[in-house]
Formats: sequence, structure tokens, C-alpha cells
Amino acid sequence: MLEIRGLTAEIDGKPILNGIDLVVPTGEVHAIMGPNGSGKSTLSYVLAGRDGYQVTGGEVRLDGVDLLALAPEERASAGLFLAFQYPVELPGVGNANFLRTALNATRRARGESELDAVQFLKLARAALRDLAMADDMLKRNVNVGFSGGEKKRNEVLQMAILKPKFAILDETDSGLDIDALKIVANGVNALRRPEFSALVITHYQRLLDYIVPDRVHVLAGGRILRSGGPELARALEESGYAGLGLEALGESVS
Amino acid sequence: MERRAAFAQSGLPSRKLESWRYTDLRPLAALDPIAAPAIVDTTALAADLPALSGPRLVFVNGRRAPALSVAPPSDIIAAGGFVADPARFAALPLAVLNAQFAQEGAEIVVPDRFDAGRLTLVHLTQAEDTTPVFTHLRHRIALGAGATLTLVEYAAGHGVYWHNPVIEITLAPGARLRHIRIQAETQESFHTATLFVDLLAGARYEAFTLGLGARLARSETHARLGGTGAHAALSGAQLLRGNQHGDITSVVAHDAPGCTSRQTVKNVLAGRARGVFQGRIEVARAAQKTDGYQMSQALLLSPEAEIDCKPELEIFADDVKCSHGATIGALDPEQLFYLRARGIPEAAARAMLVRAFLDEAIEGVADGAARALLESAIGGWWEGA
Repeated sequence: MLEIRGLTAEIDGKPILNGIDLVVPTGEVHAIMGPNGSGKSTLSYVLAGRDGYQVTGGEVRLDGVDLLALAPEERASAGLFLAFQYPVELPGVGNANFLRTALNATRRARGESELDAVQFLKLARAALRDLAMADDMLKRNVNVGFSGGEKKRNEVLQMAILKPKFAILDETDSGLDIDALKIVANGVNALRRPEFSALVITHYQRLLDYIVPDRVHVLAGGRILRSGGPELARALEESGYAGLGLEALGESVS
Repeated sequence: MERRAAFAQSGLPSRKLESWRYTDLRPLAALDPIAAPAIVDTTALAADLPALSGPRLVFVNGRRAPALSVAPPSDIIAAGGFVADPARFAALPLAVLNAQFAQEGAEIVVPDRFDAGRLTLVHLTQAEDTTPVFTHLRHRIALGAGATLTLVEYAAGHGVYWHNPVIEITLAPGARLRHIRIQAETQESFHTATLFVDLLAGARYEAFTLGLGARLARSETHARLGGTGAHAALSGAQLLRGNQHGDITSVVAHDAPGCTSRQTVKNVLAGRARGVFQGRIEVARAAQKTDGYQMSQALLLSPEAEIDCKPELEIFADDVKCSHGATIGALDPEQLFYLRARGIPEAAARAMLVRAFLDEAIEGVADGAARALLESAIGGWWEGA
């Protein structure tokens, strides 16, 4: 279970998150929607522990563990995974080496045995197949020369291999055509099980047709303004954020 | 005693000399070393040898160490006691000093069209007590027409010493030498190596130099492309920390038409380390259709680390393609965060990114075993960080 209580954060003294309260019970998938500038990406980076954000108040717990006290790699070992909106290119780092190093670092931190190259390849190939990705993806440098869709699939591949307890998908749908979107959604759905939960951050309702959330939250001005079932996402799609009266808050409206 | 006196008067190059502007040898002058004594029983040094199979010529304190060596094929003459004519190197004070003191070295001659495989050349220097020592070796490597050789050179030691080798390489038409050099001297030592490489028509020289050790190191290469279509690649990397000073200097002279030269040097600098890159490409009037490229990249891992880059082009021909560049940067925080967000601890993430930075330079090393040796030397660098 992820519990966010009264979370406030700023960048260079400018408040971005103004008191987020959000609970995602184990086994559930929640969606966060919101206009540009509402704080969606800041929330995902603050949860993952990226530098440059000052947490000024509140707490975040994953199954009781105080995430904010941990380094990014410790958060990952604790079971948190952030699928990046803009996956980073790593020239000179092979994808297979990257994935295996990440997996073994996580396994080591959890007190599990490391996988050798053969065991890893078997696991990786199976994950690639499930995501309709070519084997040569493992030989390429991480995200270098990948299309937008390949980068997003590579994020889901990492998630499938690392098997986190809690995943944040930060606009994983952006830049995807409908076929890629379905593959990515299927990849996420394949991970759904009672001990897995996720926060799907998106701008559009479209992704939520394929990853059906248990709850939908609307983020604006650094706060959760409204929460509801999947029908809230559809209402947003029809009326826009303006229809929910969010323009009154001075937010940019999409 | 006589040798010591000679050393004191020898006139190490001062920083007033343009080519020594960034590297100060006064700490070496203050060292006041003596000629390294012969080590009677070299077997204890076996543990210092690089993990490479095959023929191996080992020199300990400037002398051949047959007990540690593995004889190369008899087709390759590997004689000792070679001393060259110093006249050619008059402008290079360290080569002059070498000529003054060197008594031994390997002479490796590969006959025409012979594929000599891989040969390892090892220099071990050992100061037995607290007295600093010096060694000067002079090697000559000559490949006949169409001959090939992969030469792995490895330098290491114990204690405080100065190692000042000179290597003269001549490549006959169509010969190909792959030269992998690993400098892993002790952190208290001084290493100054001078290479002369002469290439005739169609010859290829492909070097990768890794600098890890020494308090002060300079690797200086003078390559002359003297025959049509010759190719020289002088890649390298230096990984320095603490107060280490590492200098990579090269002069590539294009004297014949249609030659190519490539140079990619990667500098990784931590602590208060200082790197120097001086690269000069000279294109003679006759050297039309020259294609020269030179790049120095530096990764500064601390705010106190420093790099001085001095690329130079001197072109007298009018139909040439020459370019050079230099970059200096730090580790990318976005990349570091991406790795850490995947559970990779910060130190390991930094090591991965540094290794990635070196990748482009290392990937050109064709010999698998030599490459593995490079990888393990670089991997070990982190343990001392």
C-alpha cells in the first residue's frame, strides 16, 4: 500500500505540490489525471527521489517504509518503479548489461541470489516476447536510437523484469500509436496481481480504456481536487478540465 | 655514483620548453633516483604479470628476466642489448636521457608476411628499499612487409621509481601492428614513455594506451606516415585520481599522400587529478588527401580535477580533411538518476557511466584477451577510488 499524506514540495523555492493526500491500496491501480503544470511529473519524481525537488512537508510510505528517507536505489529495492515519461539514453551501456545489473542489484538488496548471464537471458527473452520486442533490443545501447514507442516499451520491459511492488507510469502513453499503446497496456496488465499496485499518470483518458483503473484522481494546482471511479476519467474526456471548474484555479487547461 | 651524477646534470626538460608547458618534472628531479639494481631472484614477481597467455618478454629493473619470460616463435628475433643512435631524438630530452642510460631492450623483428600473433612485453620495476630507482629501456620493433603483430605492453612495479622507456617502431609496406599499452605503475612512481612510429605505404598502426598508475605520467608518441595510404590510430584513456598527473602527447606527421590518422583520447579525472592532452597533426605539402581526426574528451568527477587540452593542426597541403575537437564535462545527473531509479547503487551507477564514456575508445581493441585485460584493469580502478 502506498500512502501519501500532506505531501508538499517545491522547485527552487516555487511550490509545486501543495498537500497531496493519496492512498493506493495493495492490488489496486489508480490513475492521476490533470492539466499541464498541475504537478503530475513532479509527484512522480518526488516519489522516485530525483534531485532538484525539495520536499517541504508530509510523508510517503510504501508498505510502511518511509520512502522519502531513502536514496533512489533504495526506493527501487523497496519495490518502487518509475516508468519515465522521457526515458534517458545511455550511450555505451548495453541494454542487457543494464537490465541484468539493475535486476541483480535489486535482488541483492532483497537478499535474493543473483542471476547469471544464462538465467538472465532466459528471463529477458520471455519478457521481450510478451512485449512483442525483438531480441536485438538487448544488444543495443539503452534507449539510444530507439523510437518513442520503443523507449516506452523498454520501460515496460524493465518493469516486467524488475517486478516492482508499486509502479508509477508517468505519461507512458505519450507519443504512442494505438498498437504500441495496446502492447504497453497489455504489458502493464500482465503485471496486475493482488500484490502489485500502480499509479498511472496520464493526460488523456485513452490509456485508461486499456488499463482500467480502480480509482481516478484529478490533480490540479498541486492538489488532488477530485477522486472517483473510472467514470470520472470519461467525464473529463467529455467536458475537459474546464468542465470541472478547474480554470477557476488559474491552471492551464488542455 | 657516476650514473647518479650524470642524472643530476642531465637537464630534464623544464616548463619553459613549449612541449612541457603543462607537465612539471621538478618532482622527478627532486627524486634523485639511482640506477635500478639487478634483481637476482625474479620469481617472486610472477604475481605482477598480466593474465595473458602466449609469448611474453619480461624486463625487471631494466634487464631481461628469462625466468618470467615465455619465448616467442623462433621466427621473431627477440634479442637484448640494443642501443639505438640517439642523434634523431636530440630535441627530446627524455629520449636523450634514455639513450644515455639504456643498456637493454627487446628487438622484435617480424619477417615479411608473417603473422606473429600476440606478444606481451612486460616492464616491472622494483625499488627494494626506500631509495628511488630509475630504469631506461629501449626497444625496437620492426615489422616486415605485410607482417602482423599484436603487442601488449604492460608496466607495473613496487615502490618509488622512474621508468623512462623508448620504443622505436618501423612498419614496412602493408604491415599491421596492434599495440595495446597498459600503464599500471605504482602511485608513487614516474612514468615517461616515448614512442617513435614510422609507417610506410599501406602500413597500419593501431594503438590503445591505458594510463592508470604513476604519480606523474607522460605518454609521448611521434608517428610519421611516410608512405601512401598508411593509417595510424592513437586512441587512449587515462583514469586519474588523487594528485595524479597524466599527460598524453602526440605528434602525427602526414608526410605522404592519402594517409589517415585517428585519435580519440578519453580522460577520467577524479580528486585533484590533472590531465594533459597535447595533440599535433602536421600535414606536409606532399601529403594531399590527408584525412586526420583528433578528439579529446574529459570527464571530470570532482570540482578540483583539471584538464589542459592543446590540439594543434599544421597544414601545408591544400587538399586535406583534418578536424579536431575537445569536450569537457561531468557525469550527467539525468543518466545517474535513471540508473539509480532502477536500483543500481550510486557508486556502481557512476562506474557504469564512466565505463560507458570509455566504450567508444575501447571498442576498437580487436584482441579479445587484451580487451579483457583492459576491462579488468579499468574495473580495478574503482576499488582504489
